[in-house]
Amino acid sequence: MTTLPAVTPAAERSAVTTAADRPGRGRRRSGTPYAFLAPALVLFTAFLGAPVVYAGYLSLRRVKVSGLGLGRGSRVEQWAGLSNYTRVLTDSEFLPSVGRIALYGLIVVPLMLGGALLMALLIDAGRSRAGRFARTAIFLPYAVPAVIASLLWGFLYLPRISPISDVLNGAGLSAPNVFSSSWVLYAVANIAIWGGMGFNMIVLYTALRTIPGELSEAARIDGASDVQIALRIKIPVILPSLIMTFVFSLIATLQVFAEPMTLRPLANTISATWTPLMMVYRDAFIRNDIHAAAATSVVIAVATFALSFGFLKLVGSRAFRQED
Amino acid sequence: MAVATAVKARTRRSPAATVLLVLGAAYCLLPVLWVVIASTKSAGELFSTFTLTPSTHLFDNVAALSDYRGGLYWRWMANTALYAGVGALASAFVSAMAGFALARYAFPGKSVIFNLILAGVLVPGVILAVPQYLLLAKVGMTNTYWAVLLPSMISPYGIYLCRIFAAAAVPGEVLEAARMDGAGDWHAFARVALPMMRPGLVTVFLFQFVAIWNNFMLPYIMLGDDRLFPVTVGLSGLLNQGATQPAMYTSVITGALLSVLPLVALFLSLQRYWQVDLAAGAVKA
Repeated sequence: MTTLPAVTPAAERSAVTTAADRPGRGRRRSGTPYAFLAPALVLFTAFLGAPVVYAGYLSLRRVKVSGLGLGRGSRVEQWAGLSNYTRVLTDSEFLPSVGRIALYGLIVVPLMLGGALLMALLIDAGRSRAGRFARTAIFLPYAVPAVIASLLWGFLYLPRISPISDVLNGAGLSAPNVFSSSWVLYAVANIAIWGGMGFNMIVLYTALRTIPGELSEAARIDGASDVQIALRIKIPVILPSLIMTFVFSLIATLQVFAEPMTLRPLANTISATWTPLMMVYRDAFIRNDIHAAAATSVVIAVATFALSFGFLKLVGSRAFRQED
Repeated sequence: MAVATAVKARTRRSPAATVLLVLGAAYCLLPVLWVVIASTKSAGELFSTFTLTPSTHLFDNVAALSDYRGGLYWRWMANTALYAGVGALASAFVSAMAGFALARYAFPGKSVIFNLILAGVLVPGVILAVPQYLLLAKVGMTNTYWAVLLPSMISPYGIYLCRIFAAAAVPGEVLEAARMDGAGDWHAFARVALPMMRPGLVTVFLFQFVAIWNNFMLPYIMLGDDRLFPVTVGLSGLLNQGATQPAMYTSVITGALLSVLPLVALFLSLQRYWQVDLAAGAVKA
């Protein structure tokens, strides 16, 4: 936990340590911070801590069925060691869904953040009257939840509705079936990019606004072009924001669920185990195999942690030092 | 400011920038434009007329949607307002108290608690849904409003932001002065710190509002009774029915449009509160 709290040192410095350095008053207030923290800690324990621990516990248990599995006592829960993990990791549908999500992430994260960064830089450069309008328009999809976004795009993908296929047909080209197995991954990725670009753009744009105007102006006087100013000054300065948006996007990508689940009635190429999280859902609620579902959940959680922490470690020291 | 406007006046307009920005805006507006037009079409027209040609059946579609099983759709909307509104309000309040304590008090266990909360930021929330369901099932709370509301009230990221807001916006001297005047800790928090943290709290509220409204998996697995559904789960069920009765599609489309309208209005009116620097955690309102 050394890289994330990039801003805490400053917060720490300005904090007034009340109880500790004022004897005589300390007694009166010694329980106060805990009282303020109590609701958060109770909720945190019940809905974050306990589920995490419970998932770990379940993943190490299994149900042993004796006889026909009927009647009392015929189904006994017992320790299973790591057998659930070997079962899940060797499941023939697990690796393809991991591969799918990896490819999906490789498409979504760079395109979404690249688009967001480009738009933020263009608006910040102030070279177009369309800036204000574009900012609002690009932010708009953030108000549309993933399920509704998938509904809208799902209909737009239908060849009989899609205006794009109308245009392509008019040009004498045949429009591809977006729900075919070779396209459906891009179809889902597009929905995620559409939904996520606006929020990331606002975050990056806000970071860009904190750069003093004199900095760019001085570079311009030195003969630097807009592109050079963006690459050499602006992007390095907002690197911490880029890193945070990257990590949050990565976490969101690994848990993609709403988009493919919503599209399933329209696209039969999306299987029940299309993403790892859909596999968790199928195991838990369709197969009633909560132990396999727990094991898969733990695998996804560990992978997410490893990826986001690994990334923060990789770039963290360099990125956050600039804040000092 | 004078320097900034002078610089602006000198900058040349760039047609390339305009083209790129308009393209980006068009990409983002296309599905929104489509749903507005499609919701005016009758079921027959949906698949037969040109995509972007509007028709005149909007009110028929809204009436048909409202008639669906005695106005179930509007119940879904009310449920969504309850889950996202009350959940986000509670979350902002819980986060404000926790953030205030972490920023303004020194006490044993503080860094352990803060590090736990930071670890919580990185826990993929959706992964918790299955164990949350099983635990709530043990106490008989699944398929109730509480099953969605309670897990929505905790936001580690909200607490993290509130700690930063409290440290930045509430000067220690002001709190000290309040205490000199004999105000208790609760009074100092509720009457002095809370108003000072208000812009930040609006941001935390909005973040959590969107997170709850976007969270499909939690209500999807917690709720079996469709009268408790939020509009997202309800509409996704309607779409499923559309596979066998295509007439349902117009209701799905009209429902999608009506469900995003209030949110779009809320977002555009509160746009300035979104100017959050994720890395620095400060609100540039």
